[in-house]
Amino acid sequence: MLKELETRFRDISGGVDFCSLRYLRERDELLTVRQDVPQPVQDSDDGGFMITVLHEGGMGYGAGSDLSAAGLKWAFDQALFWAGQTAGRCVTDFSKLSPPCPSDEYAGPEENPWVSTPLEEKFDLLRSLSAQLKSCGKIVDWEASLWHTSTQTLYLTSEGGRCRQTFSYMAPLLRATANAGSQTQTRTLHAGRGACMQGGMEILEKIGYSDAPRRIADEAVRLLSAPDCPAGTMDLVLAPDQMILQIHESIGHPLELDRILGDERNYAGTSFVTLDMFGSYQYGSELLNVTFDPTRPEQFASYAYDDEGLKAEKTYVIEKGLLKRPLGASVSQARANIAGVANGRACGWNRPPIDRMANLNVEPGESTFDEMIAAVENGVYMEANRSWSIDDSRNKFQFGCEYGRLIRDGQLGELVKNANYRGISATFWRSLRMVGNLSTFRLLGTPNCGKGEPNQVIRVGHAAPACLFTNVDVFGGA
Amino acid sequence: MQESFFELTDGLFENLQGDEVLLVNFSGEVSDFIRFNRTLVRQAGTVHQRHLNIELIEGGKHLSGTITLTGRQEMDVPIARAALARLRERLPNVPEDPYLLYATEPRNTEHFGTNNLRNRDEVLGEILRAGEGRDMVGIYAGGGIYRGLANSLGQRNWFQTYTFHLDWCFYHEKDKAVKTSYAGFEWDHGQFAGKVDSAVGQLEMLAMPARTIKPGEYRVYLSPDAVNEFVSMICWSGFGLKSHRTKTTSLLKMISDEAKLHPLMTIRENTREGIAPNFEPSGFIRPEEVTLVENGKLHDCLVSPRSAKEYGVETNGAAAHEGPLSLDVSGGDMPKEDALKRLGTGVLIGRLWYLNYSDRPACRITGMTRFATFWVQDGEIRAPMNVMRFDETAYRVLGENLLDLTRQRDFIPSSSTYGGRATSSSRMPGALVDNFTFTL
Repeated sequence: MLKELETRFRDISGGVDFCSLRYLRERDELLTVRQDVPQPVQDSDDGGFMITVLHEGGMGYGAGSDLSAAGLKWAFDQALFWAGQTAGRCVTDFSKLSPPCPSDEYAGPEENPWVSTPLEEKFDLLRSLSAQLKSCGKIVDWEASLWHTSTQTLYLTSEGGRCRQTFSYMAPLLRATANAGSQTQTRTLHAGRGACMQGGMEILEKIGYSDAPRRIADEAVRLLSAPDCPAGTMDLVLAPDQMILQIHESIGHPLELDRILGDERNYAGTSFVTLDMFGSYQYGSELLNVTFDPTRPEQFASYAYDDEGLKAEKTYVIEKGLLKRPLGASVSQARANIAGVANGRACGWNRPPIDRMANLNVEPGESTFDEMIAAVENGVYMEANRSWSIDDSRNKFQFGCEYGRLIRDGQLGELVKNANYRGISATFWRSLRMVGNLSTFRLLGTPNCGKGEPNQVIRVGHAAPACLFTNVDVFGGA
Repeated sequence: MQESFFELTDGLFENLQGDEVLLVNFSGEVSDFIRFNRTLVRQAGTVHQRHLNIELIEGGKHLSGTITLTGRQEMDVPIARAALARLRERLPNVPEDPYLLYATEPRNTEHFGTNNLRNRDEVLGEILRAGEGRDMVGIYAGGGIYRGLANSLGQRNWFQTYTFHLDWCFYHEKDKAVKTSYAGFEWDHGQFAGKVDSAVGQLEMLAMPARTIKPGEYRVYLSPDAVNEFVSMICWSGFGLKSHRTKTTSLLKMISDEAKLHPLMTIRENTREGIAPNFEPSGFIRPEEVTLVENGKLHDCLVSPRSAKEYGVETNGAAAHEGPLSLDVSGGDMPKEDALKRLGTGVLIGRLWYLNYSDRPACRITGMTRFATFWVQDGEIRAPMNVMRFDETAYRVLGENLLDLTRQRDFIPSSSTYGGRATSSSRMPGALVDNFTFTL
C-alpha cells in the first residue's frame, strides 16, 4: 500500500518548487478497569495524509484520507491553491527554504508487542490492580488503565526524500481517590499518565506498575487526615514526576521558537525569552543542563526524523545554566536565522507541523536524594503534579502536587496535603541548588501537550532527576 | 454526505447476525484553516476528515472501533464491513458490561444548515486588509461540519452546519493585545468592520503606560469572556453525576457542606439555544434545557447514559465527559454600559487564561489575566495592566463577593479545533466582583 502511495505521489508532485507528503496511520487501544468493572474497549484505526506545497514563495497544505490517485490530486490541488493565495503574503519567503531530503527507516522499541498479549490477559492484569487499589472504604473511586498506540509514518518529498518510521507508545495509569466529608484526595502513578514510554508490555515492569497500587491507595487515604502544606518561603525538593511539569511549562514552552516569533500569541501565548538572549542569558544556576534528546529510544517522544524530515540529534539547549539554543524546526530556524533542533511535529495527518517539545530533559547531577534532603533545614518535598497554570509569557507560574512531606533539619517529616508553590520562570531556575544523580533520574512524559492553531495535542517526553530549589513561595489549600 | 452515510449504515445493518445491535456515529468536516502572524500568513490549508465509530452490541457485551473513511463509497463500504467483522471476531473476548445503555426507542432528528460561507480567497484578502499597518495574529477556520447517527433499531439523526470563526488579536507590543472573535454562518463585511473598529479603539488604550498592581484584593469587572473562562473551569468535573457520586466534583462543598453560590447565579445546559447537535452517540436526544444551578443552589447533574445505568437514574443525554456543550449563565440587573461606572475604581479584566484548580474540593481556582485588562479609576480606564495571577474560590467570586451580573449576555462560540472544529458554545454576562484576590 505504501509503495502505491509513493508511486501516486511521484506522479502528481511535479511542477512546483517543493512538495511533500506525510502519511500517518495510528492504531489506538484504551483498556480500563474502573471500580473493578472493565470499561468499554476504545479502539481506533486512523489513517490519512497531508500534502504540502511550497511554490513561488507561498505555502499551502491539503489533508485527507482518500489514498487513491484522485484523493492525492485533490489534496495537492488544495495545497497548490493556498500556495498561490499566500505567495508574497507569508511570514517568510518559502522559496528560500531548503527542505531536508531524508532517506532512512527507523523503528522504535517494542520487545514484548502489545498485540502478543491476549485481551483477556490484559484485562486480568487490570482487574487485579484495580482490586488492590480499593484498599479500604475510604477509597471512593479507582482505576487501572493501559493506553497503547502504534504509529506508522511515511514522509516523501518531491526531491526524492523518503523516510519511514514506526513507533509503539504505552501510557499506563493507576489512580485512587479517597474521600472523607468535604475532603477528597487523589494519588496516581507519576501524575496521571506520566509514566508513559515507548515500547510494549515490558514497560510495565520497568515502571513498577504492578507494585504501585497498594502504596498509591494508602497515600490517598493518609492524605485525608494530613495537615495542609504550610505557607511561607522555604526550600523545595521536587520529585521527577513534578520536575517534568516544571521543565515543560517554564523551560520547554518559553524556548519554542514559534512562540518567540509570535505565532502562538493568539492562543498558547508568547515567551519572555527573546532572540537576543541565546548565547548570553543565564537561565538558571550553573547546575542546570537541559537537552533536547530524541536519542533514548524508550523515551516517549524519541524519533529519528521530525515531521518535516529533519534528522533529530541530542542538543544542549541550556548548558551550565546558559541559554544556548531554541526549540525551533526548519521553518522557524530560517525565519529567525538561528540554529534550532528537529522538532517540527504534527499531532496527526490532519494538522501541519509546528515547533513542539519532543524529549526535553534535565541532565542528572551529582547529589543523592538523601544528600539533598540533608541539605534542607526547613522545606517541603513534593511529588506528582496535579495542577498547572502559567502566564502567556511563561513566567508567573503556580503548580500543585498530589503529595508533600515536610523537611525539617535535614530529615523527611510528616505528610502534608494540597502542596502548592508559585514563582517566576526567569528567576526560579537560578534558585536551583542541588541536582539529583542518576539514582534519582526517571524517564517520564505526557501524552497531552496542547498548542497550535488549529489546535494540536501531542506526546512529549521529559526525563529528570529530583532537584532542590531554595527560597520558594510554598502554600497549601483553601 | 448524509445520503452516503445512511446508505453505508443500511448496508452494515443488513449484515448483522442473530441479536446483534449496531450503533454507528459519523463525524466529518471540510475545513479551511488560515493561520496569521504579523498580518502575514504562517500556514494555510484545507482538511477533509471523516471518522466512523461502529459499536457492536450483543446481549451485555459491546465493542466499538473508530475508523477513517475516504469519502468514496466503493472504498468505504468494504472498510466499514471489515471493521464490523473485526469487532464481531473480538466481541466474545470482551467482558460483559453492566453499565451498557443505549436508546432503544428510535427518535429521528435532522438539522440542515445552509452553506452561505464566503469564498475563502475573498476572506483571506479582507482579513489581511483589515490588519494592514497593524500586528495581527490569529486563525480563520471555516467550512462544513457533519454529525450523523444511525442504529439498527431504526434511529437516524443528522446534523450539518456551515460556520466560520475568525479568532484574532491586534498586538500593541509584548503581551499587550486586544483579542476579538468574529464567528457565524455568513460573513458580513459591515459586522466584521465593526469588530475591527472596536478592537482598534481598545488598542489605542493599550498604548498608555502599563501599570503593575501589588498582590491583594481588588474590585473587578469580569467581561463575559472572563466569566466564561471561570465558569468553564468549574464545568471541568463540576456538574457530572459521576463526579458527584465519586466525590471528585469541584462543587463538593455544595453537596457536603451545603455551600451556595450567589442567588443571581443560575447555570444551565441550554441545548435549545446552542449550536451543538441535540443527539449523543448512544442515541439519546438531549432535553432543550438542564438546570445545573438555580439561584445559587445545585439543581441537576449532567448524566451520561453510562452514569445513568451505573447510578440508576435517567440520562439527560450528556456527553461521556458530563460537561456542558451549550453553557448558559443567566444575566443580572446591571446594564452593560454601566459596568465601568459601577466598578468605580478597580480592574477591568478582559480575559482570563490558563485556569486550574489549586484546591479542587474547595473549588479554589488559580489563573492569569490576559490581553486587554485595564486599571479603572472613578469609572474611567486609566492604564493597561501587566498580567496578574489570581487564586480564588468559586464561592467567593460567584458567591459572597459577587455584586451583580450584566443584563446583556454575549454569545461565545468555542474556537477550539482539537481533533476537529467544536460545536460547543456559551452565553455569558459580565460580572462585578468585590475583593478579588491577586497573588503574584
